[in-house]
Amino acid sequence: MLSMPDSDTLAFADQPTGSVGLVTPHIAQFDTPLALACGKVLPEYELIYETYGTLNAERSNAVLICHALSGHHHAAGYHSRDDRKPGWWDSHIGPGKSIDTNRFFVVSLNNLGGCHGSTGPVSHNPESGRQWGPDFPMVTVSDWVASQARLADHLGIERWAAAIGGSLGGMQVLQWTITYPERVANAVVIAATPRLSAQNIAFNEVARQAIRSDPEFFGGWYADHDTVPKRGLKLARMVGHITYLSEDAMGSKFGRDLRSDDLNFGFDVEFQVESYLRYQGDAFSTAFDANTYLLMTKALDYFDPAALADGDLAKALAPAQCPFLIVSFTTDWRFPPARSRELVDALIRAGKSVSYANIESPHGHDAFLLPEPRYQALFSAFMNRTARELGLEEIR
Amino acid sequence: MRADLELIYDWVPQGAHVLDLACGDGALLESLARDKGVTGYGLEIDPEGITSCVARGVSVIEHNLDDGLASFCDHSYDQVIMTQALQALRRPDKMLDEMLRVAEEGIITFPNFAYWRHRVYLGLRGYMPVSKSLPHAWYDTPNIHLSTFNDFEHLCREKGLVIVDRAVGVGERRGHWTSKWWPNLFGEIAIFRVRRR
Repeated sequence: MLSMPDSDTLAFADQPTGSVGLVTPHIAQFDTPLALACGKVLPEYELIYETYGTLNAERSNAVLICHALSGHHHAAGYHSRDDRKPGWWDSHIGPGKSIDTNRFFVVSLNNLGGCHGSTGPVSHNPESGRQWGPDFPMVTVSDWVASQARLADHLGIERWAAAIGGSLGGMQVLQWTITYPERVANAVVIAATPRLSAQNIAFNEVARQAIRSDPEFFGGWYADHDTVPKRGLKLARMVGHITYLSEDAMGSKFGRDLRSDDLNFGFDVEFQVESYLRYQGDAFSTAFDANTYLLMTKALDYFDPAALADGDLAKALAPAQCPFLIVSFTTDWRFPPARSRELVDALIRAGKSVSYANIESPHGHDAFLLPEPRYQALFSAFMNRTARELGLEEIR
Repeated sequence: MRADLELIYDWVPQGAHVLDLACGDGALLESLARDKGVTGYGLEIDPEGITSCVARGVSVIEHNLDDGLASFCDHSYDQVIMTQALQALRRPDKMLDEMLRVAEEGIITFPNFAYWRHRVYLGLRGYMPVSKSLPHAWYDTPNIHLSTFNDFEHLCREKGLVIVDRAVGVGERRGHWTSKWWPNLFGEIAIFRVRRR
């Protein structure tokens, strides 16, 4: 085992209450080759991760956070005092929050194939001597879970007190309960789906085509040309963003508001919603790697545990041993409540312990990232129950 | 625990697999699981009830009973329990069919509209009854299918169901001897245990 961070969070003056404070990412190196679902083998790789809270002596209070499509390891706290925003799930991770870092030791990583520090298309390929780029092998949810299990080994964590994830993160949690049932004490699957619908895949394909048809894409070798397919990534993000919000949320946020008082009768930004989408797209196009985006959307498309069990999801979930909490949001049309219910029904048919709530929210798919009183109360109730069952005490 | 829940507690056998429709805060399922090794799920629609179930470690599914029990397989439970919800359903008769499709036995409780106090309220005062078991005003009540002890027995006969047990609750306690002899008049809460023939 390499370095064992008990806690890599530091309090700083005037940090917001309930914050884990300043955090420093760690990198774990793995030299054992990882055989991937696509048939290729990754000879060695690195995973970047953060931890919040303190691992107890029994190593029984560790919680795994699995990230969504464009997520990463920085889920809570701040990297520097100057950060304008905390980690992506800061509203749910911290002292006194749903995932209470006074009780739990939280591990959050960037998945393989990512572009935030874990081995991925922007990393150096030891075989070719240049960037992996489009040569980086396709990774699936199962591959991620296998690599996460090695991270658990590396940290000396035999069993997660809970594996937790929203959206694509929820799919990883499901896979954990299937592949390593004895290593997950509780599973929280939020705004997820047991498999993508044709419509979901269609949206992903539009995003991929936007990237791949950008003249700056160069078959994925854009780094060799010192460029990035900004326009493609921007479009991909714009179309993705539409699916993350509900029609109502978009309507109440922007309506038909114009940027200026008069119509311009042109194609520049006129409506506020256009301005917003372009802004989101632009910001994303310089912050995210196009090859990674392509890989992540394919991982989403491929996920279908039932397909490996004669199309029977209950049969696929048969190995699972832990209690599940499944959460959906009323206005989520990307992975609608019916998809979560499908999962719940399969778990019931399989005789598993499962609770399900469909939270009223106007925010569409994005609701899983946001604080909402009922969501927080439910999430906290499940986590408190987990802590009680496992006999976890407050550490700080 | 509520009087009707105490009685139901006694009716659920050791180790049974049950479905509790409108399980509320999960108190019944929690004590059944703890004391009798009972397994199963609660169905509930109230957010606070659901959170309370989760806090207790009771498996609870957010579900509108008016949507039926289609996601539950035939004969997959020993008992289906439904307390104080029958009168709020759009089609109580269909729910009864559903309950006895998924389980051998159904336990049902509901407020008895023919309870003497309700009769006095309506018969002498001329108002829709308001009581402990019927606390709502006529315009905001969720109870859209009120019935009596006799009505329910009649429905069971029509459906060819066997009434295994029946009991009444009055207020916080189980029925007085008067309610045993004249349940339709002296029983405030009707409690039935039924099976398919």
